[in-house]
Amino acid sequence: MGLLSKKDANLILDPLADNNPITIQVLGICSALAITAELKASVVMSLSVLFVLGVGNVVISLMRNIIPSKIRIIVQLIVVATLVIVVDQVLKAFAYELSKTLAVFVGLIITNCIIMGRFEAFALGNGPWKSFLDGIGNALGYGVILIIVGFFRELLGSGTLFGVPVLGDPIAKTGLYATGYENNGFMIIPPAALIVVGIIIWVQRSRNRALIEEA
Amino acid sequence: MALNTEKNTYTVIFAMVMVVIVGSLLAFLASGLRPRIDENERFEKQQNILYAMGVNLNEDAGSVNFIPTNVVEEEFSKYIKEQLVVVGSETKQREESYLIDMKKQLNIIKNGDEAELPLFIGEKENKKFYIIPMYGKGLWDAIWGYISLDENMVVQGVVFDHKGETPGLGANIKLRYFMDDFTGESVLDGNRISGIAVVKGNNDPLNNDKEDNEVDALAGATITGNGVSAMIKETLKLYKPYLETIRTK
Repeated sequence: MGLLSKKDANLILDPLADNNPITIQVLGICSALAITAELKASVVMSLSVLFVLGVGNVVISLMRNIIPSKIRIIVQLIVVATLVIVVDQVLKAFAYELSKTLAVFVGLIITNCIIMGRFEAFALGNGPWKSFLDGIGNALGYGVILIIVGFFRELLGSGTLFGVPVLGDPIAKTGLYATGYENNGFMIIPPAALIVVGIIIWVQRSRNRALIEEA
Repeated sequence: MALNTEKNTYTVIFAMVMVVIVGSLLAFLASGLRPRIDENERFEKQQNILYAMGVNLNEDAGSVNFIPTNVVEEEFSKYIKEQLVVVGSETKQREESYLIDMKKQLNIIKNGDEAELPLFIGEKENKKFYIIPMYGKGLWDAIWGYISLDENMVVQGVVFDHKGETPGLGANIKLRYFMDDFTGESVLDGNRISGIAVVKGNNDPLNNDKEDNEVDALAGATITGNGVSAMIKETLKLYKPYLETIRTK
């Protein structure tokens, strides 16, 4: 990390583990539940949030001294919504196929509480470069969890990864299915995401006891 | 900074300026990109219509492969012989009737007026395909698609799409393994044009029975599946007068 000072590097690294937005701050859970049935959707959502949070944090940070505090939440919301619509329109014109895949996520990005949370907690009080790193860090932390959850849900629920069968054919009973293994239909419904996230939180806290809150 | 951002006048002015900037940015973007977006949507419709009549780049199994957008216009005029609109009991030729918005036509019908229902006749290897657009409701938002029939009222192919069904569940209506199940199913129930229902536990998951008017449902997507059943049924009801004139069985 020669490029970044230690403090700056921590802005990116902290949210990946010890200050993860999903497992520690428990933000952005709704989208983590909704779209992680497939790995592909998880990756697309992570990239979208990475873009919106990175750029949005910079925009809010640049405007931080002129935003009237009474309407700051509305201003933040407008910035997110505008960014998302711009991305959506540009994709529709130049990458139509991708935009159709993304359609579901557009609404989810605007309402993602991580984005508003970082605007409010970080970008309003810090400079653009730091805010950019913070945005990227938090989006990556969010994305890592989404991809882990998506990986297990798709593998155990559908026996595929990125839509490619990896465990054999469940109907023709080949591969692992020949031994009597069945796909777990529970994994593709949203409550399964809650359980997977719960297990991640448990593993993380049992490895790092400092994260456990005092009862 | 010497700016007093707490004053009410400042707040109001800030809000106004921001709205104007954001509004004009979005308006500028939307009008600038509109022609490109329209073209993409037009190609998509052509791809879907051709897909339903089996003109696509699908391989044995796996993913849905449409005709590429750079040749779709050419292929469309090659395979689609007639574009019609059905108005009541009359049928008229109409250029570019594939651009008719089904959603608007269904609203017209809901208001009790006479709608113009688009229909396309395709021809491939001397076989005729009657391709009908469909529009309905899934769990979260709109679903739509095309169904192609032959004179015996046997499905030759379908294509579905959706606006916002759950990824991994309802969104799977646009995957091969679901859409392929419809091919070969008859829409006739006895002698009546009825439809094809998406049902759970019909004891025919491999879909060997082509006369049962049923295909196997998607796990975890009951409401989307019901939406597909209803969409097919409602659409065939609308086109029934026309279909009765072409059917030979």
